[in-house]
Amino acid sequence: MELSVNGRKAYAYTGGRPFEASLPTVVFIHGAEHDHCVWALQSRYLAHHGRSVLAVDLPGHGRSEGPALTSVEEMADWIVALLDAAKAGKAALIGHSMGSLIALECAARNPTRVGGIALIGTAFPMRVSDELLDATRDDEPMAQDMVNIWSHSAYAHYPSNPGPGFWVMGENLRLMQRQKPGVMHADFVACNAYANGATAAAAVKCPALLVLGKRDIMTPPRAAKDLMNALPDARKVEIAGSGHALMAEKPDEVLDALAAFV
Amino acid sequence: MSTPRYLGFDTLSLHAGQQPDPTTGARATPIFQTTSFVFRDTDHAASLFNMERAGHVYSRISNPTNAVLEERVAALENGIGAIATASGQAALHLAVSTIAGAGSHIVASRSLYGGSHNLLHYTLKRFGVETTFVDPRNLEGWRAAVRPNTRLLFAETLGNPGLDVLDVPKVAQIAHEAKLPLLVDSTFTTPYLMRPFDLGADLLFHSATKFLGGHGVAIGGVLADSGAFDWEASGRFPELTEPYDGFHGMDFQEESTVAAFLLRARREGLRDFGACMAPTVAFQILQGVETLALRMQRHVENSRKVVAFLAGHAAVESVNYPELESHPDYALAKKLLPRGCGAVFTFSIKGGRPAGRKFIESLRVFSHLANVGDAKSLVIHPATTTHFRMDDAALAAAGIGPGTIRLSVGLEDPQDLVDDLANALRASQKS
Repeated sequence: MELSVNGRKAYAYTGGRPFEASLPTVVFIHGAEHDHCVWALQSRYLAHHGRSVLAVDLPGHGRSEGPALTSVEEMADWIVALLDAAKAGKAALIGHSMGSLIALECAARNPTRVGGIALIGTAFPMRVSDELLDATRDDEPMAQDMVNIWSHSAYAHYPSNPGPGFWVMGENLRLMQRQKPGVMHADFVACNAYANGATAAAAVKCPALLVLGKRDIMTPPRAAKDLMNALPDARKVEIAGSGHALMAEKPDEVLDALAAFV
Repeated sequence: MSTPRYLGFDTLSLHAGQQPDPTTGARATPIFQTTSFVFRDTDHAASLFNMERAGHVYSRISNPTNAVLEERVAALENGIGAIATASGQAALHLAVSTIAGAGSHIVASRSLYGGSHNLLHYTLKRFGVETTFVDPRNLEGWRAAVRPNTRLLFAETLGNPGLDVLDVPKVAQIAHEAKLPLLVDSTFTTPYLMRPFDLGADLLFHSATKFLGGHGVAIGGVLADSGAFDWEASGRFPELTEPYDGFHGMDFQEESTVAAFLLRARREGLRDFGACMAPTVAFQILQGVETLALRMQRHVENSRKVVAFLAGHAAVESVNYPELESHPDYALAKKLLPRGCGAVFTFSIKGGRPAGRKFIESLRVFSHLANVGDAKSLVIHPATTTHFRMDDAALAAAGIGPGTIRLSVGLEDPQDLVDDLANALRASQKS
């Protein structure tokens, strides 16, 4: 559905059912250079199992008007503005990669508004190598290839995503290519610059779930250790045979972890 | 971290889409010869039907063996996914029927495989889909033929029978200026010789019966999507951008930014028309795909030797192969097909129909049949077989002469092929 957030058009996929603010709300927040469709299966499932779903396109991504926001803190505030626009009350936030930092910061800033956070493919600090950061600015196609290759742990996935017959590396590359020029650099700068993770984690009042890919080389499980320790009420699920693109590589396992949490 | 690279073509041909079977450890792709798949519970069943979970329900819609083939072809083509179909014709029909219906219009090259021409010119017309055929080399002709109800531009990467090389970048540009997708039939080139998505095409299909399978043992097709065409921005495809009552009110473009076309094609086209591939066929085609690069190299090498031989033979009037300077697309072929122009081409024999008949009947290694893309060399003489009812004027209109012979060069020892052709040419010229 389309909303107006801070005076700009914002889009959120509602999982194939109309959004009902009276139901428990779950917000899905995608990562850098992505949009809502990385959550197609998980968001659709929860929308058909008693939740109201907002799988957002962050500003400047997918169908939401730009420009892209430049800090995790700004994006966290935008999520609350989006909840206001949708007239939603308390919500669980599910974020992937950059989206996990947004969920974390948002929960710390809004303890009464956020009822739980699921952080998928997360790490703090989420440092980006100079080589990749430079490429996002100077050579976007090269940066997209780097991220695409590093995000996937295998060249075959069962039963693939969003279903059999899809080549997930090709899909991921094309999805990144669909984002507007400049968005990738803004996103990666925001991830790299985010410094408040430890403080935010300590301030989170709600339960947290970390979902980590055992073969993730972008945000390896060891890089989430400090976050895990700092969160007062956290548990984690490590998924075997998955890299950073967890929802694409292991859609069922991610869904099972989320469905048990929210 | 060092700069990463994707797996190469040969490696993808062997590995993309498949890992050793997690249950049995089988290294080869198992043939999942089953119609249906057990649900874990009722919720699992409902969520599979509603596309909340990924998985297999019924082999008309998807099958694990087919999925390996689909994902492998998508990887080789630099696409996002693919659908295996009962034949190449089924793949073309699935592409058209997903985005066109009664009242729609197609602009197609006039240089097409006869089966494709039949479907567009006769059969689809009965269902309200009209096609305008254009000279594929005439770019203005493509542009001029587009109408407000056009849904698709369609051509073969190497046209039939004249081996017209499609200027994919330019025709794609014309399509995109009109906010339309370009569909290509890549059967003759395979992803080893050309990757049309890298040149701007949006959709492609193969008759997998031919070079992908490569051994003349199985009929099949594959339809692949680049994922690059923006159906929403086009505004001409409500099938993909508006809720579909026939599948849970799904708006496929909203569901997936890049996968709308394939989602609808599988959830509607395979479901309702049912032209699916059998899992055993998928396995057979996969065996061919594993050696695609090696075979295409040899197909091209052998073709070049045969072309050189024919071009210098006194009984041959002309050879129609884009690597020859005499071919009108010589320069374009050098640019778009640097690895070669495939293994199917025509030449004209002196002496018309009688010489053609004698030539065909004198061959010993080449097999006289109606197929191409086999490991074995094949031959057909249209004027005395597929087009025997036509007089010379009608043949000429179809781009075929009375002495036109079509070869599909296989993987035999090239000297044996040359010797076989030499003997048959000699016999053809005896009165």
